Amino acid sequence: MNFLIDFFGDPANWSGPDGIPLRFAEHLQYTGLSLLIAALIAVPLGLWIGHTGRGALAVVLSANAARALPTLGLLVLIVLLMGVGSDAPVLIPLVALAVPPILVNTYEGIRGVDPDLRDAAYGMGLRGGQVLGRVLVPVALPLILLGLRTAAIQVVATATVAAYVGLGGLGRYIIDGLATQKYPLTVGGAVLVALLALAVQGLFTLIQRVCVSPGVSGRQKTR
Amino acid sequence: MITFDGVTKRYPDGTVAVDELSLEAPTGEITVLVGPSGCGKTTSLRMINRMIDPSAGRILLDGADVTTVDPPTLRRGIGYVIQQAGLFPHRKIVDNVATVPYLLGWDRKKARSRAMDLLELVGLDPGLAGRYPFQLSGGQQQRVGVARALAADPPVLLMDEPFSAVDPIVRASLQDELLRLQAELNKTIVFVTHDIDEAVKLGDRVAVLRVGGRLAQLAAPAELLAEPADDFVREFLGRDRGIRRLSFIPADGLSLRTDLVVPVSADVSSVRGTAEAWLAVVDAEGGPLGWIAPKDLPDSGGTLAEVPAAPYGTFVRGRDSLRAALDATLLSPSGNALAVDGSGRVEGVVTREALGEALTRIAEDARG
Ligand SMILES: Nc1ncnc2c1ncn2[C@@H]1O[C@H](COP(=O)(O)OP(=O)(O)OP(=O)(O)O)[C@@H](O)[C@H]1O
Ligand SMILES: [Mg+2]
Repeated sequence: MNFLIDFFGDPANWSGPDGIPLRFAEHLQYTGLSLLIAALIAVPLGLWIGHTGRGALAVVLSANAARALPTLGLLVLIVLLMGVGSDAPVLIPLVALAVPPILVNTYEGIRGVDPDLRDAAYGMGLRGGQVLGRVLVPVALPLILLGLRTAAIQVVATATVAAYVGLGGLGRYIIDGLATQKYPLTVGGAVLVALLALAVQGLFTLIQRVCVSPGVSGRQKTR
Repeated sequence: MITFDGVTKRYPDGTVAVDELSLEAPTGEITVLVGPSGCGKTTSLRMINRMIDPSAGRILLDGADVTTVDPPTLRRGIGYVIQQAGLFPHRKIVDNVATVPYLLGWDRKKARSRAMDLLELVGLDPGLAGRYPFQLSGGQQQRVGVARALAADPPVLLMDEPFSAVDPIVRASLQDELLRLQAELNKTIVFVTHDIDEAVKLGDRVAVLRVGGRLAQLAAPAELLAEPADDFVREFLGRDRGIRRLSFIPADGLSLRTDLVVPVSADVSSVRGTAEAWLAVVDAEGGPLGWIAPKDLPDSGGTLAEVPAAPYGTFVRGRDSLRAALDATLLSPSGNALAVDGSGRVEGVVTREALGEALTRIAEDARG
């Protein structure tokens, strides 16, 4: 507890380049940017593969491969290759981390829609794109959002590694704290990351409530 | 009119689901495809709206080959109802029903008001319009499925075992509802079922298919029951074929006896001596009250109102079938049936002898 009071109570920790607001903003920026890129890649790909059934095996294989990638190792490798000139070195491993859960859940969500429903949609005269957009996506939305949420939480936690290669974010506190044995710093940083993860969780619960049709979420509840 | 012209469907794995099928589904009539599981009913049906394309042969819709129209456009003009209803779970009932009108670009208000009319047409409480499909019973969902198929008023309706997932009582009411709707709407309906009773109840014409997708017989239900083309059809029609056939023979040819009907105001003493075993008692309006046996009447004064009457069965003469008349005879210890008119007034008595003669004539027809 004292660590936390020391950390959050110190006005020096609330301003300047090493202050909480700035570190927080950096962390959010890495997280948000890599999630956005990952979603732009994985959601359309997952929709397309789930809808057409083409390349399903590739999804499973690449997702497994990507899961096995050591994020930190990848980060160090990229820094060695590219230097630390920009945010790119930290974004690439985070995107690689975020793509598999989004891709797999999107694909599974679309593929898992009741074939009778898909059939009825075509039978009514919807075209392929309309079937996907008006029926499959709304019905698969809970799973798609689950994929995004899983990715987001993993990325929030993992973005701390940026600090290892001299970049910012909340990881700075953890790593600097460890290096200089200022434990309040480490603990404070860890708490901030945990809070951010909780906030992400809350945000997705909210999105789920707003975006998913009661006809879909209600049906799941009664099952 | 829908015409199958030498249609064959061979699936990529070599299964021949439909083999050289030629038949016509006339405009404004219900044509039922019936047959054992796997005989190609669904495949045949789905070739009409191009959910499946034939390997050979043509399907014509009012003379035009369906393969000349692009599938989504074709399907928007053909109502399609499937077994599991296939409602969109994320949309409210009203929007489910309005699916095709939306696709056709109707404005939202018009589409929704059309949807509300249809809910009423298929016998659903308009209060259900704002619900989601999971909040409805299976029978209600199936009605919504029918409403959705009818929404853009397509001339053709394809129905694939639409009522087979609901319990028998709901199924019977959905069937009655369909017949009522059809009397009003005169759609060209192709209806798939594996239930022969459903087939003869609903069909103007029934096509019996055998496994391998070959047509065994195409006939009106009465003809099918009376003259099955071969052993396969006979077997498929099942055990009670004779009894079921009676459903298609009108009861209005039965001879009536009016002398067996007495008003409830008659004195007991006036009928006690009658030679008949049973007399039918009617109220002042001519409505049936029951049967009395003159020889069992008490030796007392008063009117027939004071005498307990035995149970009775009725059938409507201008409307019901011989089967209903037979049923009515079995509901009464007298063994006679009461023929009533549309408003329930007794027109006369059909004795078991009269019914027996009618049945004998039918049996003789069947032999010759
Ligand atoms: N996509 C497919 N690929 C290969 N064979 C198929 C396919 N769809 C159906 N079949 C086969 O074609 C035959 C006819 O199938 P169909 O679904 O038309 O039968 P059905 O009469 O509707 O049967 P049921 O009463 O069980 O619904 C069956 O032998 C079935 O196994
Ligand atoms: Mg079938």
